Amino acid sequence: MDKLNYAALRETVYHCVLPNGLNIYVDARPEYGKQFAFFATRYGGMNLRFRGEDASWIDTPQGVAHFLEHKMFDTQEGNALQRMAAQGVDPNAYTTPSMTGYFFEGVQGFEENLRTLLSFVSQPWFTPESVEKEQGIIGQEIRMCEDDPSHEVYYQLMEAMYVNHPIRVRVAGTVESIAKITADTLYQCHGAFYRPGNMVLCAAGSVEPQRVADIAREVLGQGPTSAAVTDLGQAEPPEVSSRYVQRAMAVSIPLFELGFKGKPAPKGEGLRQQLLGGLVCDMLFSSSAPLYSRLYEQGLINASFGGGYDSLPGCAYLMAGGESRDPQRVMEEVLKEAGRLGREGIDQTLWDRLKKAAYGSMVRQLNSLEDTCFELAQAHFNGEDFLSFPQCFQSIERSDGEAMLRAWCEEGRAALSVIQPGG
Amino acid sequence: MEQGWKQLADGVELAVNRTDKFKTGLFSVTLTVPLEQNTATTGALIPEVLYRGTRNNPDIERLSAATDSLYGASLGPLVRQRGESQCISFLCSVIDDCFALDGSAVLEPAAKLLGEVLLDPVTEDGRFCRNYVKGEGANLADRIQARVNDKRSWTIFRLAQEMCAGEAYAVDKLGDAEEARAMTVQRLWESYRAMLGRARVTFYYGGSARPERVEETMRNAFAPLMTGRDALVECNVIAAPKGPVRTVVEAMDVTQGKLAMGFRTGGVTMGHPDYPALLVCNALYGGSANSRLFLNVREKLSLCYYASSMIDKLKGLMVVSSGVEFRDFDRAQEAILTQLDEIRRGCFTEEERIAAVRSVVSGLRGRLDSQGQMEDDCITRVIHGGRPDDGAALIRAVKQVTAGQVAEMAGKIKLDTVYRLTGKGEAHNG
Repeated sequence: MDKLNYAALRETVYHCVLPNGLNIYVDARPEYGKQFAFFATRYGGMNLRFRGEDASWIDTPQGVAHFLEHKMFDTQEGNALQRMAAQGVDPNAYTTPSMTGYFFEGVQGFEENLRTLLSFVSQPWFTPESVEKEQGIIGQEIRMCEDDPSHEVYYQLMEAMYVNHPIRVRVAGTVESIAKITADTLYQCHGAFYRPGNMVLCAAGSVEPQRVADIAREVLGQGPTSAAVTDLGQAEPPEVSSRYVQRAMAVSIPLFELGFKGKPAPKGEGLRQQLLGGLVCDMLFSSSAPLYSRLYEQGLINASFGGGYDSLPGCAYLMAGGESRDPQRVMEEVLKEAGRLGREGIDQTLWDRLKKAAYGSMVRQLNSLEDTCFELAQAHFNGEDFLSFPQCFQSIERSDGEAMLRAWCEEGRAALSVIQPGG
Repeated sequence: MEQGWKQLADGVELAVNRTDKFKTGLFSVTLTVPLEQNTATTGALIPEVLYRGTRNNPDIERLSAATDSLYGASLGPLVRQRGESQCISFLCSVIDDCFALDGSAVLEPAAKLLGEVLLDPVTEDGRFCRNYVKGEGANLADRIQARVNDKRSWTIFRLAQEMCAGEAYAVDKLGDAEEARAMTVQRLWESYRAMLGRARVTFYYGGSARPERVEETMRNAFAPLMTGRDALVECNVIAAPKGPVRTVVEAMDVTQGKLAMGFRTGGVTMGHPDYPALLVCNALYGGSANSRLFLNVREKLSLCYYASSMIDKLKGLMVVSSGVEFRDFDRAQEAILTQLDEIRRGCFTEEERIAAVRSVVSGLRGRLDSQGQMEDDCITRVIHGGRPDDGAALIRAVKQVTAGQVAEMAGKIKLDTVYRLTGKGEAHNG
């Protein structure tokens, strides 16, 4: 395996690409008791339409990626989740709009559990009965999310910001959409996206890098390397779909998220835009920037207030939220402050301090094997080198922040989502 | 990893976990006081007001600037309930010196800053600033009222309140919303001064720095706290339910019901000889993805979206938490109890016992890879008279737990109170 040294972070990552196209990254840390493995495919809730083998477009119901995530644990020999739990490891999975990841963490039996993980994720086994039963379970999960105000306020914002992009679509789908999913749908989507060349395997902790590669080669063998071409819908206009949306739910004080619709990063610029977007959010929303103190002292926000940058293929945005008695005032103040910073410029001392703080937080994040693997996987799918962040920070200037504030943080690109008490 | 513990004065202690595993060091200072109705609100409010500003950094913006300059030192207040104590802490995580871009030490200035936050607040007429007390009082009241937003934790919280009504355990560690909103500067300041003089004080450090360096740093940064105090930490354990099972039903605008069931563990708590058996019993029953509740009640019977059990190792409680359809309340409750009965009768396989042991061992070992969990475990232990520990002895004991001991332990676990959160207009089904 190739050895990638990151001297500034005192990290070494081993990397290789198997003949079947699978990328493997291993961050070996013998001093940890735990081992962690993460096996992910570039396929999530937003991938609804893709080209089939015969080049025709295939449309699938909302929620298939998440449904697959639940069903992959079924194997002909029984449930893999329980098989691994019986080994004392803690397996789980999650689906984002752009990715489905399966992982486990444990302190023993790593190799056996890695085999199980690779095998159940790569070998589908669905029956009409098991699909029907899962529709009930996922239906309950969907209803539980619909009772969760923080979940609803987020999707309401995405619906307000985006006109076409499938980030608007709930990853789990709806009770109606998942009713249309059959075993055939699942086989078809698994076949299209769960291909080694469309996947990544990351491991960290007290593991032997070469053994990880050997086991993956053994279990996965040869397979189709390239993945299906997906369609994310019509081009997205720069403006938001609607500037304000609200509904009532059982909350004690209003809950809000505000967003600024940005531009997806050019190829190879994803990490840089992520760090820059994070710094711009710190300028606007962090407690060491002027706006936060002002809003806090006026009682317009409380400690729940915070924000950050997020991106997916085809979209990027800044977002902030929390609880407030007057979310619209908060939105006005944020717009005003963004305008001021864009016009008058950012204070250099503050900018340097925020960069220092952001760097320190990312170093801290590396303590977590989980976070390290998730970031390595995410960066791989974006064609980025996550652990180059110390150098990347150095290339970011105050003027980049000012340019982003001017381009992104204006009224036409801003949306506000509120959950009002009531309901 | 090496553990160390040292008494710095009567009721003042330092616990250290030295390890090179992490890129950061985590230190904390914890003031522990009995959890009581008339001091809970001030106890929860004090750290929030302290966190608004120090004499040197008198507002949020300047305080945050100070932590940002220390490479984003993550510093903040935390109020925890441990048994029947309220633990008022400040935690601070700092990157190790070797990652500082300018090569300077980070631990000492961070400890000094935290010392200022705790001991040298910005004042007005010799007391807390009026605006800060008012603002944080309102925020705390909001937080208390926002508990209801998360129905899963709300249900568990309400169960504990109902089940332990009249016990210190039922007092909300955040205090009372109305009291927080109406807090006066005078009352809060007096409570603060009293707390500094009376509370048990626990310093913790986990990371790569040498214990001598840590001790010197803490003594310098927190000098006024190095005075003796008589600070006994107690938790009243009630071994068995006092009467028949109580059921409490409440209605809210929800689409899915929530069910919480509270049990007493027969007086088995952290230091008890049967504690390893309790851990294994809980893992087998509802504490893992391989548990009876997960496999049977959730997967096989599809009676709920989630069903799990957890224990409070200080108070001797076990709580089952579950999300169910309104129409399934009775069936789910019955199925949950049936599973416990089967364990009592020894109706589980050797594979299940082994899986439960593995799950507990993994959980215990895994905690040593997390600085936050190590801190939390260490604080929980030392305030109750224990010493920092790498968990090896407990792991050995867990591995030796037999099927008979698990069944016997399950026999001691008795249902006390049931709490059901149902939908409005569904109350007749609850």
